[in-house]
Amino acid sequence: MSVMDYSVAHMLAGALMLASLMMLYQKRLYALINIYALQAFLLSLAVAWQAVLQHAPQLYITALIALLFKALLIPFALHHIVIRLRIHREIETVAGTGTGTIMLVGMALVALSMDVMLKAAANTALLEREDLAFALAVLLLGLLMMVTRRNAVSQIIGFLSLENGLILAAAGTKGMPFMVEISIAFSILVAFIVIGLFLFRIRERFDTVDLRALDDFRGERRLTEVSSGRSSCGNEGKTL
Amino acid sequence: MSFNAVSLILIIPLVAAALLAALPEYKLSSCVNVIASALTLGAALNLIAHRPPVTPYFLVDDLNIVFIVLNTFVGFTTSVFSASYIAHEMETGHLTPRLLRFYHALYQVMLFGMNLALVTNNIGLMWVAVELATLSTVVLVGIYRTPEAIEAAWKYFILGSVGIAFALFGTTLVYAAARSVVGEGVNGMVWTALLPHASAFDPALMNIAFIFLLLGYGTKAGLFPLHAWLPDAHAEGPTPVSAVLSGLLLNVALYAILRFKILFAANPHVIPPGPLMAVIGLVTAVFAAFMLYPRHDIKRMFAYSSIEHMGIITFAFGIGGALANFAGLLQMVMHSLTKSAIFFSVGHVSQAKGTQKMAEIRGLTESHPLLGWGLVLGVVAIVGMPPLGVFMSEFLTISSAFARTPWFAIPLVLALLAAFGAIMRHTHRMAFGPVQGSVKPSHASFIPMFVHLAIVFITGVFIPAAVVVWFRHVARILG
Repeated sequence: MSVMDYSVAHMLAGALMLASLMMLYQKRLYALINIYALQAFLLSLAVAWQAVLQHAPQLYITALIALLFKALLIPFALHHIVIRLRIHREIETVAGTGTGTIMLVGMALVALSMDVMLKAAANTALLEREDLAFALAVLLLGLLMMVTRRNAVSQIIGFLSLENGLILAAAGTKGMPFMVEISIAFSILVAFIVIGLFLFRIRERFDTVDLRALDDFRGERRLTEVSSGRSSCGNEGKTL
Repeated sequence: MSFNAVSLILIIPLVAAALLAALPEYKLSSCVNVIASALTLGAALNLIAHRPPVTPYFLVDDLNIVFIVLNTFVGFTTSVFSASYIAHEMETGHLTPRLLRFYHALYQVMLFGMNLALVTNNIGLMWVAVELATLSTVVLVGIYRTPEAIEAAWKYFILGSVGIAFALFGTTLVYAAARSVVGEGVNGMVWTALLPHASAFDPALMNIAFIFLLLGYGTKAGLFPLHAWLPDAHAEGPTPVSAVLSGLLLNVALYAILRFKILFAANPHVIPPGPLMAVIGLVTAVFAAFMLYPRHDIKRMFAYSSIEHMGIITFAFGIGGALANFAGLLQMVMHSLTKSAIFFSVGHVSQAKGTQKMAEIRGLTESHPLLGWGLVLGVVAIVGMPPLGVFMSEFLTISSAFARTPWFAIPLVLALLAAFGAIMRHTHRMAFGPVQGSVKPSHASFIPMFVHLAIVFITGVFIPAAVVVWFRHVARILG
């Protein structure tokens, strides 16, 4: 493998992680969706480049799925949903802490994944090691986004970016079998999520951190009080 | 012939799913559902006698045959229960014929996914199968389309997806660790190819892989930090789905963890997986036991009891050794049978009383004697009273815990006592005392419930020698 081959792969994987970091501080949903689309596009490039390097034709299919499905179709659907839910103008406040703190946590997570993965994968090929490290960083950043956002759409984008990291890891691991099957299975999962979002008009995530809210969701408070139209399901009763 | 045997337990549910999606009449389709499940059970029993050869995709060995038979058996009895449950839901108008077609088809898809996860010899295929089973149960949980049901399904979905994502990352890492030894391609994901070489895998990668796999599949098994989906999903979905979730899906997730545990334990340079599992299991059991007290919803309470049992089972496998493994296996089977029997009873109780709130259910043994006593029996079994099956497995777990890690045994005993108190307290109020709520008789089919309870009772008193030998053998495989 030439230096050039390696540098391109390294740059693409790094760009994927940068996109994840950029998502952390986006306050508008449109911008968030656009960055997700950019990340999915970068993913398809990264996977296609792996296909070239590994001489693995099945990875082209994975790259194509990433391009058509994740970089085009999903962002398009999300744009549509955001308008339908009338949350496209909303400015999202991140729960509890400021954006700065979250960025710091994000950077700490990146440092952690580099430290852990580069050591753990010391015996594998250089390229694979770095792909795994970047992938772990993307995964953790996606998770961070899922736990810090209140809005269901941005929470889901967190999951989608997490999943981009997984595909990067799987594509970077040389000769991984079932790549096509796995990316199709994941696409079905993602499609389910987006369709669910659309059908049930879920605006806010279910806050599993807030204990009082949890009691509400468990239906246990309803013994004494009649809950009147909680915001989490929007105006679901009227529209379905 | 032998190849057909494995594919049968996969093909029957798939064909049935397609058929059920097309059938418009609900009485006919619940019959077809029962017949298909019975046929699958037959195909699974056939596997005991005719063990098919190992291929890169399918594997039937002494470990998973137990789960395959259990899975198809409970799948069958639940379909019988489901038929009478569904008839009532149709009468009361909770479900429409269109939704019901969906329900039956997905029920078979779910069985297909679980069977595939159990028989596959391939960690990649197992991941896809668990994902499929998860997706179908998500839809089943949300099928009533009430705001609560949608919330429950959504929460299950998001947490389940994170779990699934973790599991895939773990699977990728296992492959990455194995590749230099086993070689590229399909072989790097085949159990039977991985296991003989496990000691040569890169230990650092394997360590990280196990954490992700334990967290990932542990989410699906309802283990502590990521269990939050489980009570909601049990409470808001149709009761047959609760029975299958508790009885089967949790087992399938644990089975995946067990398989990986065997793989990781075979490598002496890896951090041993046992203690990690023991700690996570213990924390889960203690947490769930105390969460049992403030419950108001009957299905939610038994869901917490399932979390508690998953904790105990994980703990048992975590401390390991022949005795604890034997106990863990036995407890998996007993819990599965008992908990689904309880849910059969709870399903009819909540239909007869028109509520799931425990405060509104009183004097069951008087108003609905068979149902009430069935529930009491099930509860006596699940809290681990002698002479029933769960008592035996919990007793074995505790005694081997005292022998090996006494400091872990004390909180476990506390958890068991706490759970005992909580469930007994709630059940006592529901079962006895003056009758409250509706007294209209229920048209339930009691056969599945009592068949399960009978097996649990018989196992507590006497286990056939052949089964003991079999379980001992499996316990040795588990190390």
